[in-house]
Amino acid sequence: MDMVAGKIRTTQQSVDTAMNPLDALERPIRLTARDVTVHYGAKQALFGISIDIPDRAVTSFIGPSGCGKSTFLRCINRMNDTIEGAKVGGTIKLDGEDIYDPSLDVVELRARIGMVFQKPNPFPKSIYDNVAYGPRIHGLASSKADLDEIVVSSLRKAGLFEEVKDRLNEPGTGLSGGQQQRLCIARAIAVGPEVILMDEPCSALDPIATAVIEELIDELRENYTIVIVTHSMQQAARVSQKTAFFHLGNLIEEGPTEQIFTNPVNKQTQDYIMGRIG
Amino acid sequence: MNALIVAGLLLVLLGVAYQSGWSRSRALATANGVKVHSRPQYHGSYVAIWAMIPALVILLLWAWLGGGFTRDYIVSQIPQETVLALDQAGLNATVGRIQAIASGYGVVGEVQPYEQAAGAALRSFQFLSFAIVLVLAAVAGGGALLYARSRINARLRARNAVERVVGVVLLVCSAVAILTTVGIVASLITEAIRFFTFIHPFDFFFGTVWAPNNAGTGGHYGSYGLLPLLSGTLMITAIAMLVAVPVGLMAAIYLSQYAPHQLRAVAKPIIEILAGIPTIVFGFFALVTVGPFLRDMGNFVGLSINATSALTAGVVMGIMIIPFVSSLSDDILNQVPRTLRDGAYGLGATQSETIRNVLLPAALPGIVGAFLLAVSRAIGETMIVVLAAGNAPVLRGNPFEPVATITVSIVNQLTGDTDFTGPQSLVGFALGLTLFVITLGLNIVALYIVRRFREQYE
Amino acid sequence: MATDTLSTVEASTERTRKIRASLRRRHLSEAIFRALGLAAIIVALGFVALLFIDVFRKGIPAFVQSNLHLSVTFSPEVIDVGPAPALADFPSQAEYQAASLAWQRQVAMLNWNQIIEASLREAAPEGFEIDSRQILSIPETNARHQVREMFVANPSLLGQTVNVDVLASANADNWIKGNINRDLGDAQQQLSPPARTLIDAFVDNGTITSGFAWSILTNVDSRSAPAAAGLLGAFVGTLYMMLIVIVLAVPIGVAAAIYLEEFAPKSRLTDLIEVNINNLAAVPSIVFGLLGAAVFINWMHLPISAPLVGGLVLTLMTLPTIIIATRGALLGVSPALRQAALGMGASKTQMVFHHVLPVTFPSILTATILGVAHALGETAPLLLIGMKAFVASVPATPLDQATALPVQIYLWQGNENRNFFEPRTAAAIMVLLAVMILLNGVAIYLRSRLEKRS
Repeated sequence: MDMVAGKIRTTQQSVDTAMNPLDALERPIRLTARDVTVHYGAKQALFGISIDIPDRAVTSFIGPSGCGKSTFLRCINRMNDTIEGAKVGGTIKLDGEDIYDPSLDVVELRARIGMVFQKPNPFPKSIYDNVAYGPRIHGLASSKADLDEIVVSSLRKAGLFEEVKDRLNEPGTGLSGGQQQRLCIARAIAVGPEVILMDEPCSALDPIATAVIEELIDELRENYTIVIVTHSMQQAARVSQKTAFFHLGNLIEEGPTEQIFTNPVNKQTQDYIMGRIG
Repeated sequence: MNALIVAGLLLVLLGVAYQSGWSRSRALATANGVKVHSRPQYHGSYVAIWAMIPALVILLLWAWLGGGFTRDYIVSQIPQETVLALDQAGLNATVGRIQAIASGYGVVGEVQPYEQAAGAALRSFQFLSFAIVLVLAAVAGGGALLYARSRINARLRARNAVERVVGVVLLVCSAVAILTTVGIVASLITEAIRFFTFIHPFDFFFGTVWAPNNAGTGGHYGSYGLLPLLSGTLMITAIAMLVAVPVGLMAAIYLSQYAPHQLRAVAKPIIEILAGIPTIVFGFFALVTVGPFLRDMGNFVGLSINATSALTAGVVMGIMIIPFVSSLSDDILNQVPRTLRDGAYGLGATQSETIRNVLLPAALPGIVGAFLLAVSRAIGETMIVVLAAGNAPVLRGNPFEPVATITVSIVNQLTGDTDFTGPQSLVGFALGLTLFVITLGLNIVALYIVRRFREQYE
Repeated sequence: MATDTLSTVEASTERTRKIRASLRRRHLSEAIFRALGLAAIIVALGFVALLFIDVFRKGIPAFVQSNLHLSVTFSPEVIDVGPAPALADFPSQAEYQAASLAWQRQVAMLNWNQIIEASLREAAPEGFEIDSRQILSIPETNARHQVREMFVANPSLLGQTVNVDVLASANADNWIKGNINRDLGDAQQQLSPPARTLIDAFVDNGTITSGFAWSILTNVDSRSAPAAAGLLGAFVGTLYMMLIVIVLAVPIGVAAAIYLEEFAPKSRLTDLIEVNINNLAAVPSIVFGLLGAAVFINWMHLPISAPLVGGLVLTLMTLPTIIIATRGALLGVSPALRQAALGMGASKTQMVFHHVLPVTFPSILTATILGVAHALGETAPLLLIGMKAFVASVPATPLDQATALPVQIYLWQGNENRNFFEPRTAAAIMVLLAVMILLNGVAIYLRSRLEKRS
C-alpha cells in the first residue's frame, strides 16, 4: 500500500486532491451511465456498467488488457457506432440527455465530447489545418480571423503553440510523437467540447513526452471534464481524482483515486493494484 | 504416326532406364547392408536423365536437319536436265509432287515416270532414314543408360545430381520470362530501326499526316505521321477516364464505406464480371448498340454524332475499365489506417466529410497510381477501338467523328502481307515500340507511386 | 467569477447555435454524397446488365434457323456419269486413286442445281411462276454439295427419291425471321418478289420449318454458304491453343516462380527480374502479337495462323500472371511448415516439391484457370499472327491453319450480310461467354472445394 501511495506525484494539486479526497466527489455529475452493455456480434464485451463522471475532474479507467475500459470509453461518444456489428445497451446521459436517443445528432454529440487516441493520428495536413478542421466543418468560425484565433488559442491550451508558431503550415506528421499527441489534443479542443475522452494517450510516447501530457491534463481539467483510459496505475494515481477499475467487461470498483489506491474495498481491485493480476 | 513411334521409343527408354537404376540401387542397399546415399528413385531418375539426353539430342538433330537431307535426296533423284530446266518455284513444285506421290496422295495431272520412280525411292529413303535415326537414338540412349548404371554405388550422390538438374531446369524456365522481355524489346527495336531506314524518325514522331501507301505502287511509301494516331489514342483515353474514374471511384467508396455487408457481397463479384468479359464483346456492344444509340441521341439534341467515333469507343472503353479502377481504389482505400478515420469521426465529422477531407487526401498518391495504371490499360486497348472508333487517322479534335489510334493502325498495317520488307508493315513495329515505351513508362511510374504509398502506411 | 461563468455560458450557447445551424447543410451533403455512391453502383451494375441483355436479345434468335424439307430425286437424266470405280479393277493403289478422283470430278461437274430445283418445284404450289435463279436463292448454296456428297458416298441412290433436309439460305432466313424489314421496297430487298412469296408459301405448307441451329456449333465457317457457317473450326483452334497454354505456361511459370522465390540468391538482379515480370503483366496484348509476328513467323518460320503459334503467343502473355500468382502463393506458405520439413532432414528441393508446392496447389490451379480464361478472349495478338483470314476447315493438328473463337467473332462481325450475321455474331458471343463463365465457375468451385479440404 505504501509503495503505491509513495508513487503519487507530490505536486501541489495532487497533494490537495490526496488531502481532500471528498473534493472530487462533490463536483456536479456530468455524465451518468446505467447498465451499459456492449455486444460485438454474439460476443458480449461489457456487462452492465453503471458509473457517474464528475464535472471538470479527471476520471480514470484502469484494468488489465482487454477488460473493456476502451470499449466503454467509446460508448460515451458513440464511436462504437462506426463498428459494424456492435450493439450498445443501457443508458448514457450527458447533462441529463440520453445520448443514444434517436433524435440526437451524433455529429453534434461528438462536437461536445472530443476524443484523443492511443496512437497520435494527425491528419496528413498542415498543423494549422489539423486544428482548423473541426471548427471548419462545424461552422464555428465566420471569418479567417476567427479561425486563426481559435487555432492559436487551442494550440496554446494544448501547450504546443510556442513550439510550432513559426511553422503552422508544415505537415502535422512532421512533429515528434509527443508533439503530435498535443496537436491531437489541440485539434479536439478547437471544437470546444465539454468532455474530452482520452484512450491511453501516452502509451505510444516516451517518458518525457508523457510527463508533458500529464501536466497538460492537469491544466485542462480546470475547463474540461476528462475521462482517461490508462494501463498505467501510476499515471491514474498521478492525474485523476476518480478511478474506476474494470475487469473482464465488468466495473469492479469505483471511487476517489486516493481511496482506490490505498484502501480498495474489493479483493480483485487489491490484487490488481498489488500486481497480482493483469 | 512417326511421332507416336518416337514418343513410344522415348517412353520405353525412360521406363527401362529408370527401372534399371532403381533395381540396381535396391539391390545394393539390401545386399551389403551398406548405407546408400540416395533413395532408389533418385538412382532411377539419375539413370533416366543420363539415358534421355543423348537420345533427345539425336532426335532433335534429325528434326532440325532432316528436312534438308530429305530434300537434297529428292533432288538427287530428279534427272539432271530437268533440274536445270526448272526455276526455283518449279523445282519446289516438283519436290512437292514427289512427296505427295510417296505418301500416297494423288496429284493433279500427268505423273511423269521419273516422278513415279523418285516417289518410290523416296519412300524407301524415308523408311530407311527413320529406322536409322531410331536405332541411333536407341543405341545412344542405351549406351548412356549402361554407363550411368555402372556408376551406381553406395557413394554416388544421385540425389544431389538429380536435384542439380532440377535446379538447372528451374533456372532455364525463369530465363524464359526474361527472354520474353528481351525478345519483345529486341524485335520491336530491330524492326523499328529497319522502318526508320525508310522513313525519317522526325517525320514519324512529329508527322501530322497518316496515309500509308498500302498498295506499294507508285514508288512513294506514303506518309507515316504519328500525331493523328496519338491524338486519337489520347482522345479516346480521356473520354474513357471521364467515364471510368468517377463511376469506379465512387463505387469503390460506396462499397467500402457505406454498403451493408450483403450488398457488398453481391455487387463486388458482379462488377468483377465486367473485368472478365473479352474485349471483343465490348467492341461488338459498342458497334451495334452504343454507337447507334449515341448517334440517335445526337440527332435528338441536334448534334451530329457519328455511330463509330471516339465518343462511342471511349464510353465503352470506360465501361470496361470501371472494375479495374474500382478494385484498385478499394485496395488503396483499405490501406489508409482506420485511426485516421476515427480521428475525424471523433471530431464530429460526417461520413462524407471524413471521406472527402481525410480519407481521399490520404489515399491520393495511391489513387493517382491507380489512375495511371488505368490510363495505361486504355492506351493499349485494341478491339474496342478496332470495331467502334471508325478508322480515320486525321488530326482533329472532334470526339464525335471517327478517329484512329496507335493500336488500330498496328492491326491495319500488319494484317496485310507479313513479309516485313516495306515500311507499310514495318511501321507496325515502330508503332508497337512507341506503345510499349508509353505504357511501360506509365506502369513504372504508377507502380512506384503505389509502392511508396503502401510503404507510408506500413 | 460570475461574469466569467456568464461569458462562458454565452460562448457555449453561441457555439451550440453555430453548430446546429450547419447541421442541416452537412447532413444534406452527406445524403447527396451517399446517393452518388449508390448511383455509381447502380450505373456499373446497369452496364453489366445492359451488356448481357443486349447480347442475349440479339443472339437468342440466331439459335433458331429455317430448314427446308425436300424430297430429292437423283434422276439419271441429270446424273449422267459412269459407275464409280472399284479398287479391284485397278492394278495399283495410286491408279485407283487417280481414277476415283477423276470420277468425283465428273460428278462435281454435273448440274446438281437442277436436282435441287426440281425438288423445290415439286414442293411449290401448282403452277407457281418463278425462274431458276430466283428459286435457287431459297436454299443455301451448300444444298447441292450436300446431295452430291450423298451420291458420292452412296452411288446406288441413282434413280431413287429420298427426303433431305437442307438449310434455307441466309437471305431466306432473314425474310422468315423478319430480320429484314418487310415493308422495304423491292430494290432494298435481298430476294426477288417471287422468291419471297414462295418462301411464305413454304412456311405455310410446312416445307420450311424452324429448328435449333445446330450448324452454329457443328459446322465450320463458310463464306459461300453463310447459313451453314459455324464455330467448329474456331472451337478446335481455341482448344488447341488452350492446351498449349496449359501445357507450356503452367510448368514454366510455376518453375520460374519456384526458382525466383526459393532458390535464386536475393540480389539486385532478382529484384530487377521481379520488376520486369510485374511490368510484363501490364504490357498491352497487341505487343505480344508483334513479338509473335517478328519471332515466331518471321524468324522461326512457323506456319502462319497456326494454333501452335497462337498458343505460344498466349503462353507468353499468361506466363507473368502465373508467375506472380505462384509467387504470391509461395509467400503465403508459413515459415513453420518449411522449418519443419528442413528440420526433418529434407533437402531444399525436397522441401519445396514435397511440402510447399502441394499447399500452394489450389491457388496455382485457380490462377491457371483464370489466366487461361483471359487468354481465351484475346483477339488482337491472334490477328497479328495471321489469323485474320477465312478458314473453312477444322485444323487437324496444331500446325494447320486455324482460327479461334474471338477471331471468328471478329470475322463474322465484318460480314456484309449484316441482317444475318449480326445475330449470329451475338450467338457466337454467347458461346464464348458461356465458355468463360464455365471456366470461371470451375475455378471458383475448385478453389472453395480445395480450400475447404485444407
